Amino acid sequence: MGRHKSAVAERPRRNTVLTTHTVGRRRFLTYLVAAPLLTLGTEAVMQATSSSTPASAAVPSPPSPEDVFDIGEALKLAATPTMPLVQLEVGADGIARLQMPRTDMGQGLLTSFTMIIAEELDVPLDRVEVTHADARPELLFNQITAGSAAMRTFYEPIRQMAAIARARMVAAAATRWDVDGASLGTDAGAVIGPGSLTADFGTLSAAAAALDLATSSIRPKDPSEWELVGTPTGRVDARDIITGQKKFVMDHMAGTAKPALVRRPPTIKGAVGEVRNAAQVRAMPGVVGVVPIPTGVAVVADTIEQARQGVNALEVDFGPGPVDGESNATILEGIKQHVQPFAVPPLGAATVEAEFDWAPACHAPLETECAVADVRADRAEIWAGFQAPIVAQQEIALMLGLPQDAVTAHVVAPGGAFGRKCFFEPATEAAQVSQALGMPVRLMWHRTDDMRHGRQRPQNYHRIRATVVGGQVVAYEQRVSAVALEVAPGFGEILTDVATSLPPRAKNTVGEKAYSQTLFLLMVSSPYNLGVYDRTLAEIGNGIPTSAYRSVHCPTTRTCEEIVLDEVAALLDKDPLEYRKECAKDAAAAAVLDEVARLSGWGRSMPEGFAQGVGFHKESKTLTACVVELDGRDPQDPRVTKVTMVVDAGTVINPSGLEAQMEGCIAEAISLTLTAGLHIENGLPLEGSYSNYDWLRMRHYPKDSTVHIMPSTNEDIGGIGEVGITAASGAIANAYATATGIKPRSFPIVFPVDFEPFAPGALPAPNLI
Amino acid sequence: MPSYTIEVNGKNLTVDAPEDMPLLWVLRDMLGITGPKYGCGINVCKACTSLLDGEAVRPCSVKVSTAAGRKVTTIEGLADGEKLHPVQQAWLEQDVPQCGYCQPGQIMNAVALLSRSSDPSDEEIDAIENVCRCGTYPRIRAAIKRAAELQSD
Repeated sequence: MGRHKSAVAERPRRNTVLTTHTVGRRRFLTYLVAAPLLTLGTEAVMQATSSSTPASAAVPSPPSPEDVFDIGEALKLAATPTMPLVQLEVGADGIARLQMPRTDMGQGLLTSFTMIIAEELDVPLDRVEVTHADARPELLFNQITAGSAAMRTFYEPIRQMAAIARARMVAAAATRWDVDGASLGTDAGAVIGPGSLTADFGTLSAAAAALDLATSSIRPKDPSEWELVGTPTGRVDARDIITGQKKFVMDHMAGTAKPALVRRPPTIKGAVGEVRNAAQVRAMPGVVGVVPIPTGVAVVADTIEQARQGVNALEVDFGPGPVDGESNATILEGIKQHVQPFAVPPLGAATVEAEFDWAPACHAPLETECAVADVRADRAEIWAGFQAPIVAQQEIALMLGLPQDAVTAHVVAPGGAFGRKCFFEPATEAAQVSQALGMPVRLMWHRTDDMRHGRQRPQNYHRIRATVVGGQVVAYEQRVSAVALEVAPGFGEILTDVATSLPPRAKNTVGEKAYSQTLFLLMVSSPYNLGVYDRTLAEIGNGIPTSAYRSVHCPTTRTCEEIVLDEVAALLDKDPLEYRKECAKDAAAAAVLDEVARLSGWGRSMPEGFAQGVGFHKESKTLTACVVELDGRDPQDPRVTKVTMVVDAGTVINPSGLEAQMEGCIAEAISLTLTAGLHIENGLPLEGSYSNYDWLRMRHYPKDSTVHIMPSTNEDIGGIGEVGITAASGAIANAYATATGIKPRSFPIVFPVDFEPFAPGALPAPNLI
Repeated sequence: MPSYTIEVNGKNLTVDAPEDMPLLWVLRDMLGITGPKYGCGINVCKACTSLLDGEAVRPCSVKVSTAAGRKVTTIEGLADGEKLHPVQQAWLEQDVPQCGYCQPGQIMNAVALLSRSSDPSDEEIDAIENVCRCGTYPRIRAAIKRAAELQSD
């Protein structure tokens, strides 16, 4: 948006700071560039949205709050005031460094940040070092990774920072050589002058920092000049990953911090009472300590295996938890009772009505919950895969009785997160145990506990009615009722902070709602014109621990809508893909849907038992359309055989990263729509490992799958980390319906208990060879 | 406590450990070799996959006594100094990893597969059980095929 650029140019602040730094034994001058303060053009966003052309064939729906002001805008707005505290440094060694106040959980932020800096500064990728910043409380709301907002927030500031840094290098060289800066160029980390003059950025860094340079007219490169951004680029940490050098949480302090596991109650959040045999367990081989904590009893040992044996030997008086006796069925009955009624349809209207439910799911990142803590009398260090490190630092400091600045919270790239690491229970537990024993510990959740006691994607239920008059949907009502979603600590404060800054229409809508309602309204919107549009969420808190799961409410809420849309199309005897084009609000939708139709061979004849299905979605400014082919010959063993995904994410930084995120979202959709869920029984999920929880394997991911990126039609940055699940999920459900003749209503579609659950409480032993 | 000597990545290492201590914790907690990752502890997720005398095994489910006197290769021992193994090279070319946590196991499993079958069929690749929660399966498939080409060159 041009408006953002001019705001950048007019309001620079705190551009340079001359400082000295010590890195290792080298002491050198560094040169820092902070992002100019951005002023968000929220009114421009309003106008742009309001002027979008409604499709002619459908009854227009007014813009939803998400259309006007989505979660990414909220996070960007909250981050803006402290953006000048994020700095790019160019050292005397010619390396550009930036401590990124976001967490790369696999979604590729380290790579995208590195690419943008390299592009604008004109340095090779390997002369840029982007690392995870420790918790920096002065950044306030600018250190939380959620809502697919990181790149949307940082794209302009880091471009501008790097462009200013490059301009300073040029100006410093011009002064040194006494030539006109306009005659100089830059390439590969050096300023290139007339004749054979070259000067490495490292040699210019000190002079560049000392310059008095007007920066208000400095602009980043025009995208047409990009040589790196927009080009498929491998992950910057790929070599570390494939050689085993990348350090995950439990790899930190491996030689010094003792491993720990926790004995947890036999039901979710069960009360933890007396330990009857602590001395006996303490005397077991390798066991170092037994520490009761509020969530269970930790056993610290020389090895994880000895801790596991200690955990299993513990005799603890556990008490009841909040959901003892509850099961998926009883919870579903409970949430159904809170569904609000529909409005009465007009006389003579046809309706499509449907009920849906989704089982709870677990995030199941491959790295289980874990943290390393070294708590001393006067200070503490914590290593964990924090998505929100500032709040973790605050709360752990409070718990330990230490000043906040005495606690260092190191952000370690987690082995997957998917929303789970907005919370930080293992860091709290590790700190408790380390403090109690006076030694550093590496505390890990066993996989079985990770699935059974971890936070869940809340179980949810939907009742939908589409009212059809004169061949068009004139009203769409969706009543969502769910186990309450716990909004991550720190996230609610952000929403409160930005609430007063919201544009009027959005403020009126979300101002009075609870945080999770706000999240619902700022994330979920229909991409269609369906007349009077009314979607509400009712939540029931029952004590089950929950957390946002990648794409939060969209994959459930909107997949149901995608199914109903197909059923409306059938009622109207229309092709479902063409019908989506008729109804789409967004002018760019038709191109995305046409492209997916063309690339997928939409409408081709399929053998008996096979079918195509389509889904379409808009989230975080990104459009996705997906066509799948599904083998439904055995309705209890459906297989997705082909996926064609088309995505319009605006300006794309790294096409390889975008494709990877779409592939990950396809994997989510296949798993969560078809097979992956938790069976809560007597207050505890039965699933206790990947042998029970049906996350897809290699054979379930279709060999014939393509992701196609639309050429960007605007300069906006769309979110990419989670936006691809819903279109794929809708396409899978619709293909299943066509292939089998069975209307999908309960998810995951195939959900038997076809395993022998592990006994509650104990941690399963391997079958050793 | 019994003592065991294992050749890990070309070096003879000796540990004192109970006979039934899983190799994974000998490597990670006693020897500080952290490339093999924990994901389940019961030979389901396959994240810790490493080689025992060239065969893929899951160290979480192999007794230290079973490994005694034999050669263990973890992800750290796969490259020849700075020179990557063809499977690692293929992984880079296909830009496979997302979070990267399962990839050491995926790579070691692919190395073992390619040593059994120089040009693996799609069915052989379909039989891989290693879990990737990020969903890098299509790139793993492509990387295995690319590694087969690199190895045949």
